[in-house]
Amino acid sequence: MNRLPLIFLGVFLTFASSWVGLVAYPYLTLGQMQPLPDEDTGGYFPPSMPGLAVAGQSVYASSGCVYCHSQQVRLAPLSTDIQKGLGPRQTVARDYLRAQPAFLGTMRTGPDLSNIGVRQPDANWHHQHLYEPKTVTDWSVMPSFRFLYKMQKIEGQPSDDAVKGLRGPHAPPPGYEVVPTDDATALVAYLLSLKRNFPLPESPEPKLE
Amino acid sequence: MKSQSLISSLNPANEPDSLDSFERAEIDASTKLPVLLFFGSAIFWLLVGSVLGLVSAWKMTHPGLLDGEAWLTFGRLRPAHLNTVIYGWASAAGIGVGIWLTARLCRVVLMHSKLLIAAAIFWNLGVFVGILGILAGDSRSIEWLEFPGYATPILFVSYAFIGIWTIIMFRYRRPGHVYVSQWYLFAAFLWFPWLYATANILLTWQPIQGSAQAAVNWWFAHNVLGLWFAPIGLASAYYMIPKVIGRPVHSYYLSILGFWSLALFYSWNGMHHLIGGPFPAWMVSASVVASIMMFIPVVTVAINHHMTMRGHFGALKWSPTLRFTVFGAMTYTLVSLQGSSMAIPSWNTFIHFTDHTIGHAHLGLYGFFTMIMFGAIYYIVPRLVGWEWPSANMIRWHFWLSAVGISIMVIALTIGGILQGFAFYDPTVSFRSSLDYATPFRIVRGLSGFLLLGGHIVFAVLFTQMVLRIGQIKEGPALFAKPSESQKEGVAV
Repeated sequence: MNRLPLIFLGVFLTFASSWVGLVAYPYLTLGQMQPLPDEDTGGYFPPSMPGLAVAGQSVYASSGCVYCHSQQVRLAPLSTDIQKGLGPRQTVARDYLRAQPAFLGTMRTGPDLSNIGVRQPDANWHHQHLYEPKTVTDWSVMPSFRFLYKMQKIEGQPSDDAVKGLRGPHAPPPGYEVVPTDDATALVAYLLSLKRNFPLPESPEPKLE
Repeated sequence: MKSQSLISSLNPANEPDSLDSFERAEIDASTKLPVLLFFGSAIFWLLVGSVLGLVSAWKMTHPGLLDGEAWLTFGRLRPAHLNTVIYGWASAAGIGVGIWLTARLCRVVLMHSKLLIAAAIFWNLGVFVGILGILAGDSRSIEWLEFPGYATPILFVSYAFIGIWTIIMFRYRRPGHVYVSQWYLFAAFLWFPWLYATANILLTWQPIQGSAQAAVNWWFAHNVLGLWFAPIGLASAYYMIPKVIGRPVHSYYLSILGFWSLALFYSWNGMHHLIGGPFPAWMVSASVVASIMMFIPVVTVAINHHMTMRGHFGALKWSPTLRFTVFGAMTYTLVSLQGSSMAIPSWNTFIHFTDHTIGHAHLGLYGFFTMIMFGAIYYIVPRLVGWEWPSANMIRWHFWLSAVGISIMVIALTIGGILQGFAFYDPTVSFRSSLDYATPFRIVRGLSGFLLLGGHIVFAVLFTQMVLRIGQIKEGPALFAKPSESQKEGVAV
């Protein structure tokens, strides 16, 4: 192999084949997919994300939640994700149309979050959990995200959005309260928006025995 | 020149080494500044990356460690670790080795070293800005591509300089045989900018929609391993093994088969990270098939290296370069076969999302690539600075700390990951159990990190001594043991 043009051509063509198959093709198909109209309500599947949730998505990215939490439900029999209650059905390409980026994830050091908005619809629970995970799950290895919260002196009436239920060593001192920053509010709005339980024709709910 | 038999004279793998030792020394000397710049900064980032990795590892079992500060949170330290070791250490070390090999194999004095010096400066600036960006909260959380959009163009500038330089060197090379290492380097230096440009345009600058992102993400991430690090590592092994033991590569034809099958199959591997995910079945299937087909290039290279080494394994006792390189080459076989098996769908869905994959990644990037880079640096640096490594004992410490450290890490994560897989698969087992199973193994992994960091500190001290020419003047190279006279013949240490 002493002819550089030939080596170049081979090196180019082999790589171009995967570029066409694994980059250009998904770009032209998955990348151009549209939401499905919901005839009953006039809405769409997946529903559009509220602006606050879109902002929360960036907080999710900058905090690196994806390194411990996946967002995908795989199909039986290869996996038991559905029996384990991660979601009612397999997640498919259309579920991620509005995700930017799509946080499919590669680790489950923490639980899958595809449907966390269904499992845990209480915003205060999320604030408690983000501020100090051990207040809701004493064996949790999730780090505290208290840098997304402000500890402030109560002036007159306590704030409406103050985090409730912080107990023990994690409770604020008397006369003080813990309030979420804009980032924390946005992040929780994003988490609450994570619901992959709407019907999609390409992913019917499997019947469990 | 040595006399050769008729057969070996006709063998295309053997060719007259048209360089005399004076010319070779002149070429080596011409590469000194750029190569040392890349090596020196790479070793700096290796230390930074080791500390970031170590802290991240302990945070997984002790979440209270250094918590409460945004820039120290696990979700930023972990990508900072990954990007530091990938771009700061591994890529820079690989570029350094690639520059030196290119000059030697093109058989010409390095031209336009200013291009490379500028490239080294830009590369480090890009890594520095990127890491700070991640720690400051600008990470995109796309694995292997976390650097924010304002850091990657700096790396591109650096890369453009390197690419231009490579083309110039190939144009002005001395005519004759193109050695197997050059095929790999040539391909890697072409593939990487294409990969990096595609991924950055489609994911960071003009992000595409939905799950297509994940396809591009893993096409990129796996190809960085397969089409950037693996070819550079193999190029180095293909050069160092024959050089140290003083005999040609076993089979020219196996080299060709290994090269083209790697180019064809590796590039299609990426989607095996997404089995069961939201993609058309054919894409995942194509990657599973390509992953299994990786048996061909891997076994081909393994046979070729083994047959080259046959009868010369004794040299591992005394040559630091060979010991690191052969450790890396053997790990390449192991990690690649493991990787092929991990693409089998039923096994993949079982161990996906667990520490098993993390073990596999470290076996590849450290056990294979990093060890080969260490070996190459031990070979190259004395030829640049005109000084011998000051202490064979310290090299021995480096080797054993790295070899034992990575072995413990990979074994712990591999077993811990399988137990985690059981917990994820069995519907009657709680999520908490998956953590309970993994925790002791994560602690062992955290301990192994100290061994690796120790090895890297020894290595950094040795390198600093070399550059500053500290220590006693030595008569010969630093070897682990005295080679017997018969082994030493025709040998370049």
